[in-house]
Amino acid sequence: MARNERVAVVGVGQTKYAATRGDVSLPGLLREAVFRALDDAGMAMGDIDAVVLGKAPDFFEGLMMPEPYLADALGAVGKPLLRVHTAGSVGGSTAIVAAGLVEARVHRRVLTVGWQMQSCSEAMWALSLPMPFQQQLVAGAGGYFAPFIRAYMQRSEAPDDIGILVALKDRRNALKNPYAHLHEPDISYDSIKESLMLWDPIRYAETCPSSDGAIAMVLTDEAGGDAAARPPAWVHGMAFRSEPVMAVGRDEVSPLAGRQCAADVYAQAGITDPREQLDVVEMYVPFSWYEPMWLENLGFAEVGDGWKLTEKGVTALDGDLPVNPSGGVLSSNPIGASGMIRFGEAALQVRGQAGEHQVDGARLALGHAYGGGAQFFAMWVVGADKP
Amino acid sequence: MRDVAIVSFAQTVHSRRRQDVNEVELIQPVIQEAKERVGLDRHDIGFTCSGSSDYLAGQAFSFVMTLDAVGPWPPISESHVEMDGAWALYEAWVKIQTGAADTALVYGYGKSSPGDLPRVLSRQLDPYYFGPLWLDSVSVAALQARAMIDSGKLTQRQMAETAARSRAAAKANPFAQVKGDFDVEAILAEDCLADPLRRHDCPPVSDGGAAVVLAADDTARRLVERPAWIRGIDHRVDSHNLGARDLTRAPSAALAAHEAGVSGGKVDVAELHAPFTHQEAILRAEIPLDGAEVNPSGGALAANPMMAAGLIRLGEVARRIIDGSADRGVAHATAGHCLQQNLVAVLEGDG
Amino acid sequence: MSEIAELPEGLWYQPDVDTSQIPAIAGVEAVRSIRVPARVEYLYTPGRAPTRFLRALAEKRIMGERCPVTGKVYVPPRGVSPVVGLPTEEQVELGHRGTVTTFCVVDIAFTGQVTETPFVSALVLIDGADITLHGLIQGIPPADVRPGMRVEAVWVPDDELSTSFENIRWWRPSGEPDVDPDTIREYL
Repeated sequence: MARNERVAVVGVGQTKYAATRGDVSLPGLLREAVFRALDDAGMAMGDIDAVVLGKAPDFFEGLMMPEPYLADALGAVGKPLLRVHTAGSVGGSTAIVAAGLVEARVHRRVLTVGWQMQSCSEAMWALSLPMPFQQQLVAGAGGYFAPFIRAYMQRSEAPDDIGILVALKDRRNALKNPYAHLHEPDISYDSIKESLMLWDPIRYAETCPSSDGAIAMVLTDEAGGDAAARPPAWVHGMAFRSEPVMAVGRDEVSPLAGRQCAADVYAQAGITDPREQLDVVEMYVPFSWYEPMWLENLGFAEVGDGWKLTEKGVTALDGDLPVNPSGGVLSSNPIGASGMIRFGEAALQVRGQAGEHQVDGARLALGHAYGGGAQFFAMWVVGADKP
Repeated sequence: MRDVAIVSFAQTVHSRRRQDVNEVELIQPVIQEAKERVGLDRHDIGFTCSGSSDYLAGQAFSFVMTLDAVGPWPPISESHVEMDGAWALYEAWVKIQTGAADTALVYGYGKSSPGDLPRVLSRQLDPYYFGPLWLDSVSVAALQARAMIDSGKLTQRQMAETAARSRAAAKANPFAQVKGDFDVEAILAEDCLADPLRRHDCPPVSDGGAAVVLAADDTARRLVERPAWIRGIDHRVDSHNLGARDLTRAPSAALAAHEAGVSGGKVDVAELHAPFTHQEAILRAEIPLDGAEVNPSGGALAANPMMAAGLIRLGEVARRIIDGSADRGVAHATAGHCLQQNLVAVLEGDG
Repeated sequence: MSEIAELPEGLWYQPDVDTSQIPAIAGVEAVRSIRVPARVEYLYTPGRAPTRFLRALAEKRIMGERCPVTGKVYVPPRGVSPVVGLPTEEQVELGHRGTVTTFCVVDIAFTGQVTETPFVSALVLIDGADITLHGLIQGIPPADVRPGMRVEAVWVPDDELSTSFENIRWWRPSGEPDVDPDTIREYL
């Protein structure tokens, strides 16, 4: 069989993330990201062959499957248009579906957008509509994930301030990212520690915000990457994995689907030692403690040792393995976009286009997303060099 | 391009209301049947993709629970589209083209019974200009039917004939919901639901689902004697702005048919996803089918499980090729209001 | 901090109009949002396995269902064993006591909340089940809750029993000795 087409990321565009983007309409929000991505790629809408959209539940905006409605605003009329929905991992999954179209040589130039306009409704309501026959989710997503974090803390015997260190790092990184939702110049170790304990062990300042926002990427074939005005990011590997939400034998602290997804992506990218070979990671950390948890799940540390990397500053912007130089999900969280932001920021890093939060010499980066009850995973590895 | 075929298809018996089962209980037997027909179990599936809608279920992340039906353990490579299962099949076809999988399980399902479907579907319209009007899906379709009649392209009698023909054909379809012999004059004597649409011009509201197994190359040949090869598949979208469209046309259907290569040979059988009678006429004008048998299953007028009705069109054509009663067929799926988005596939048997 | 990228010329059109100079709309404020109340009603059906479970709950019984392949007992049953994709049919009656595997202390108020904050939301491994269930813990200060703690179900009064999850109001310490947390490590 012929080798698959190489996939290049030649354009990345983001909106300013905010709690409420009252200055743009819903299609206007997407267009803001799309036009920046097209501009980065040196393209116009007419150059695009197909559009792949992704977002989390439709109840967030009170709009059922809005993609046909968005076709006009995205220049998709007369083109193929797909809508992906895989819970919180959807931004990553969407990018992978879009890249697959290029990889399989179905299309040469694909536009992909992840978005959410959470200000359109009450997010907590949209996430947990009361279902008469199901047990009510007690106190939202934080209440769901906090027990697993507590289990991690117990298993790993980590000091109980690791989460504070993660939140401090990510929010400080966000100060270097003009698109980030939260810019808190006065944040400190003490201010995080003193913030309200919402779901013990999760404090308010260790929790992601609820944001409006969109990210768009332009993906092309090898010829498109070679001709790109700015350096492209080349896709070295990508995969998604899913497992059941409730199954006997599941490990919610370090889900098997995450480990297998990472192993698949590393194998495709020829990575045998992720800690050594990867220069930067954008991972999906909606609650601070997920940084050490995913460091272990993704093979950057032995089981029980992830927190040590955080504590030693390895994951800081000037550390040996910077994690979330953009400020991450802890600083901007338009849910349906959050996964693609991780993928896009990974691409920006290896393209040398990350601005003030650029990691010096980044050549190979991992973008990571997860969703549902930590059961859906999507990842890609992008590099400055062709695979 | 790899040769990829539909090798298996299963569907529910569609009905107005399946109050005995939840979504996972609805779709699980269908998924199991689709796999068992070709002797596969869950470990043999390389990729899984499904289509469903939270707004039908009235629940966010509704597909998460339904995933249990495939037994995703150990973890699987899986994705989901908030679209009809026909587009899930497209995503799976692309995945197989990348070589990342040789087989794929595709399913789509929808229970429309929990909500008031025409009202739920109104939530798919432009939220600023159309949404606040609560224009329901039947009324939007009636605008299109009116445009067809006013343009002289169609009469109400022809619409009634489509309804009668579809429901009569459905008598041979054990999975159909509305079937039987209906008199055209009697239909024409009925009052309109939304002028010019009568009840008979509209699809039934259905609960149901379907599943398909795809396989590539020699794997497909090993699983069935006569795989239904996907020789072309393409999908396109038109404008959402009803005022900017010629509602008597569906250019995206014509473009998808062209890209899928429909005109490359004689078409024995076609399954068109035309929920309303007038939409069959629009699609016949856009997709070159000369002389083909159209909607022998009764089409969406006989059963219209949302998020599965398009996938069922692919499955029904594949079934005819697998059983040898057709050599070349065209399957069509639609999404959005007024045939806004369309997918066309050409399926062929060997020899 | 670096700047947000300028929106590209020619691709982006944002009308640069001073509306105060147009008499007809001089006093009109820009529309920043519209409010579109949406009401869609749903009539949910629980399905076969949840129906069996809820009917038993109305009789003050907790019924799990067994995976036909692995033999593991799921509660609440949803109709299909998620590890094999096959229907569960065999019901298994479970105890009214269980073990806390992990938990969090909630200090944020939510609509529909049944208790005052802070309260403990725990995962409880019910005796006889192989999977944990979310439950509230009462009758003990939050700071004293720990993994391995034994708890028992607190039901609504008999005359208030219905086919509802809310039959079990919460869980409270049963007074039994703790279970060694290491023995429940594989359950979360």
